[in-house]
Amino acid sequence: MRRLAVFLSLLLAFGAQAADPVLRWAADPDSNAPFAFFDPSNKLTGFEYEIITAIARRMNRTPKFVQNDWDGLIPGLGRDLYDVVICGIEITPEKAGEVLFSNPYYVTFEQLVVRKGTPPITSLDELKGKQIGTLDQTAALDMLEKIPGVEAKTYDEEVNAYQDTANGRIFGVLLDYPIAKYYAAPNPNLQFTGPPFGQISYGIALRKGNTALQKEMNSALAEVIASGEMRDILSRWGLWTPLVAGALGQPEDPSLPDTEYKAFVAGHAEQATCWTRMQRYAGYWPLLLRAALLTLEVSIVGMILAVSVGFTLAIMRVFGPWPLRWLAMLYIEIIRGTPLLIQLYIIFYGLPAVGIKLSPFIAGVLGLGLNYAAYEAENYRAGLLAIPRGQMEAARALGMTHRQGLFHIVIPQSFRLVLPPVTNDFISLLKDSSLVSMVTLLDLTGAYNRIATQTFDYFGTGLLIAAIYLLIGLPFVRLARYTEEKLAVDQRKPGQKPGLFNLPKRRK
Amino acid sequence: MVFMPVPLLSVLNLHKRFDENPILKGVSLDVEAGDLVSIIGPSGCGKSTMLRCLNFLEIPDAGRISIAGVTIDCQGLEDAPPKDIQTRAHELRQRVGMVFQQFNLFPHRTVLENTMLAPMIVHGAKREEAEANGRRLLEKVGLGSEFAHRYPAQMSGGQQQRAAIARALAMNPKVMLYDEPTSALDPELVDEVLKVMKDLDAEGMTQIVVTHEMRFARDASDYIVFMEGGHIVEISDEDEIFTHPKDERTRQFLRRFI
Ligand SMILES: Nc1ncnc2c1ncn2[C@@H]1O[C@H](COP(=O)(O)OP(=O)(O)OP(=O)(O)O)[C@@H](O)[C@H]1O
Ligand SMILES: [Mg+2]
Repeated sequence: MRRLAVFLSLLLAFGAQAADPVLRWAADPDSNAPFAFFDPSNKLTGFEYEIITAIARRMNRTPKFVQNDWDGLIPGLGRDLYDVVICGIEITPEKAGEVLFSNPYYVTFEQLVVRKGTPPITSLDELKGKQIGTLDQTAALDMLEKIPGVEAKTYDEEVNAYQDTANGRIFGVLLDYPIAKYYAAPNPNLQFTGPPFGQISYGIALRKGNTALQKEMNSALAEVIASGEMRDILSRWGLWTPLVAGALGQPEDPSLPDTEYKAFVAGHAEQATCWTRMQRYAGYWPLLLRAALLTLEVSIVGMILAVSVGFTLAIMRVFGPWPLRWLAMLYIEIIRGTPLLIQLYIIFYGLPAVGIKLSPFIAGVLGLGLNYAAYEAENYRAGLLAIPRGQMEAARALGMTHRQGLFHIVIPQSFRLVLPPVTNDFISLLKDSSLVSMVTLLDLTGAYNRIATQTFDYFGTGLLIAAIYLLIGLPFVRLARYTEEKLAVDQRKPGQKPGLFNLPKRRK
Repeated sequence: MVFMPVPLLSVLNLHKRFDENPILKGVSLDVEAGDLVSIIGPSGCGKSTMLRCLNFLEIPDAGRISIAGVTIDCQGLEDAPPKDIQTRAHELRQRVGMVFQQFNLFPHRTVLENTMLAPMIVHGAKREEAEANGRRLLEKVGLGSEFAHRYPAQMSGGQQQRAAIARALAMNPKVMLYDEPTSALDPELVDEVLKVMKDLDAEGMTQIVVTHEMRFARDASDYIVFMEGGHIVEISDEDEIFTHPKDERTRQFLRRFI
C-alpha cells in the first residue's frame, strides 16, 4: 500500500511540475545497447544516454529517466509520462504525423546479418521466400514489407532475432547498423552481408504541439554537435561513420578510440564461464528482490480487489433485483470473454483518451483485480448456491432476518467451500501478474527481460525467475492446504480418519 | 358460564396454493397451551405446507394465524408482504420453534454454538448467558458437556436431532413445530428423540408434530389431526381414531398401520 501512495503522489507530481527544470526522457533499456541500457553493474549507460545528458546540461535541466516498453514509448508521450523519447526512433513521415521530432542526432543505414557461411547477398530482392527478422515500428520493417515474397518476422528484442538466426530458425536479420554492430558483429556464428541498405535518421520525439521544447532542444543539440562533444561520444561508442560525419558536418575521423565498444564486446565475450555467470547473477539480487516484492504487491493488492469486487458481484447475482443481477452477469461475461492483456492495455493506454490517467501500478492492480473479480464472482456464486436451502430456513425459523441468515449462516459456509478454488486463483493471479510488465512495471518478468537480454543467458535466467515465482507461490499453497484442513473438521463424518493427504489434527 | 380457555395457537381458514395448485383449502385448527398434537395423513396432503405456514416459511394466500398474542391476517400477500406484516411474521417466528426432518443444524458451528447463535444475533444475548443457557438445554436433551464442542457431522442422527431441538428451545418458543422429526433416523435412534418430546410435553410445552410414527402419535398426543387433500378431515381423541375412525378416509389411511 505504501507503494500505492508513492505512485499516487508521483501521479500528482507529474501534473504539477510544468515549470520544473527537469527533462523527463524515456527509452526501453532492455536489450538496447548501445543506445541507452543498463550495464552489468545496473547503471544506465549508452550513447543516447550520453547525448540526452549532454543536451539536458546545455538546456540547464536535470535529466530524469523514465523506463517504458518499446511499444509503449510513443503512447507514453501522449499520456505525459515524460517529455521526450530518445530510443533510436527513425524520422519517418508517418511518425512525424504522430509526434514532433528534433533535428537528427544520428544518421545510419540498415545492416543485413546472416549465419556464418551463407553466400553473399547483394540486394534485398534476393531475400524472396526467406524469413527475415526485425523489430516492430522500424524503417527496416517498412523496407522488408515493400519486397514481395519476403516474410518479415518482428521480434520484441533484437537479441532474440540474432539468436534465431544463429540457431538457423530464420535466414537473417535486417536492423540498424548500431544494433548489428553491437549484437551481431561479436557473435562468431553470424556475419554481415550486403551493402548498406537505405538511409535513416534518428530524432528525439516530443509530444505534438510542444514546439517550445522542440526549439530549446534543437539549439542545445546544435551546440553539442558544434562543440565536438557529439563526435567524442559517438567515437568512443565506435559509431562515428563517414555517413554521420557528413550529415552532421564534422570531420570524418573518430576523435577518440572506441573504448566503450571494446568494453561492451569484452564484457560479453568474457562471461562464458559458469563462475562469472554466477557472480553476475549475484549482482542482480537487489533488482530481483525489488521485482519479486513488486510481483507480490501487485498480486496481493490485485487479489484483495478481486475478492471484494467478486464477492459483491456474486451477492448481486444471487440475491439482487433483476437489473443488478443482469449488470453483474454482463460484467462477468465481458471480462471472462476478453483477454487480460487487452484489458490491461485499455486501462493503461486507452483510458487516458477519456482523461483517466493511472500510474502503472494502479493500472496493473486494477487490470488484474477487475479481471479476476469475474472469476471470483463465479466461485462465490457456486459456493452460495451449494449451501442447502434448509440452512437459510433454519436461520429464518430461529428468528434471524434474511440478512442475518446470509451473513452468519450461508456466507461463512460458502467461504470454506470456495477457499480451495480461490487459493488456486490467487496462484494463477500471481503468475498472470507477469503481464503487468507490459504496462512498464519492473516485476519479475520485467526483470527476466532485462537480465536475459543483458547476459544473453535465456536458459539460466528463465530457470532463475521461474524458481522465484515458485518460491513466492509456495507459502500460499501451504497456507491454503492448512486452512482447508482446519476448516474441513466439521465436514468429517463421525469416527472418520483424516484422509491420505490430511495431516493429523493438531492439538489446540 | 363455562370457562373457555383462549387457544394458544389458532388457525382459521388457511389457504395456500403453489403455481395455481391449491394445497391448503381452508384449514382451521385450535391448539391449547400444553397440548401435544400429532398431524397425520397421506404423503402430499399438505402437512408440511401447513406447518411451514404457521411460522411464515411459506406465505399463506388467505386465512388468519394467531399464536401467543401475535395475529396475522393473510390476504393477498403474494411473495412480498408489506413491512408491518413482515415485522409481525418476525415476531411470530420468535414465539415458534421449528425442528426439521433433516435437522438443518449449522455444520460450520459446534453444537453449543448452534444453540448460542440465534439468541446472540436475534436477542442480543451476552455470550456467557447464551452459553450457559445452551449447555443447560443440551443437558436437557441428553447431550452432556462432552458433546458441546462437537460439530454436527461428528454426531449420530439422533444426537443431531436432539441438538436441533435444543437449538430451537434456546429461543424460548411458546410453541414447537416438528416436521417428521424422526423420519431421517435409523429405527434404533427414533426413541431417544421421541423421549425428549415426551419430556417437553410433561413440562407443559405446546407441540405440533407431523409424523408417521403411529405408535408415538397414539401414546403421546392429546389428540390427532388427520389431513387429506388440503383439508383437515378429522380431529379425534388419540385412541378413538385408531379404534373408531369417524371418517372413511381415515379408516383407509390407518388400515396400513394396523
Ligand atoms: N415450494 C413448492 N412449490 C410447489 N409445490 C410445492 C411446494 N412445496 C410443496 N409443494 C406441493 O404441495 C403438496 C403438498 O406438499 P407437502 O410437503 O405439504 O406435503 P406433505 O403432506 O408434507 O407430504 P409428505 O408426507 O410427503 O411430507 C405436494 O404436492 C407438493 O408437491
Ligand atoms: Mg412433509
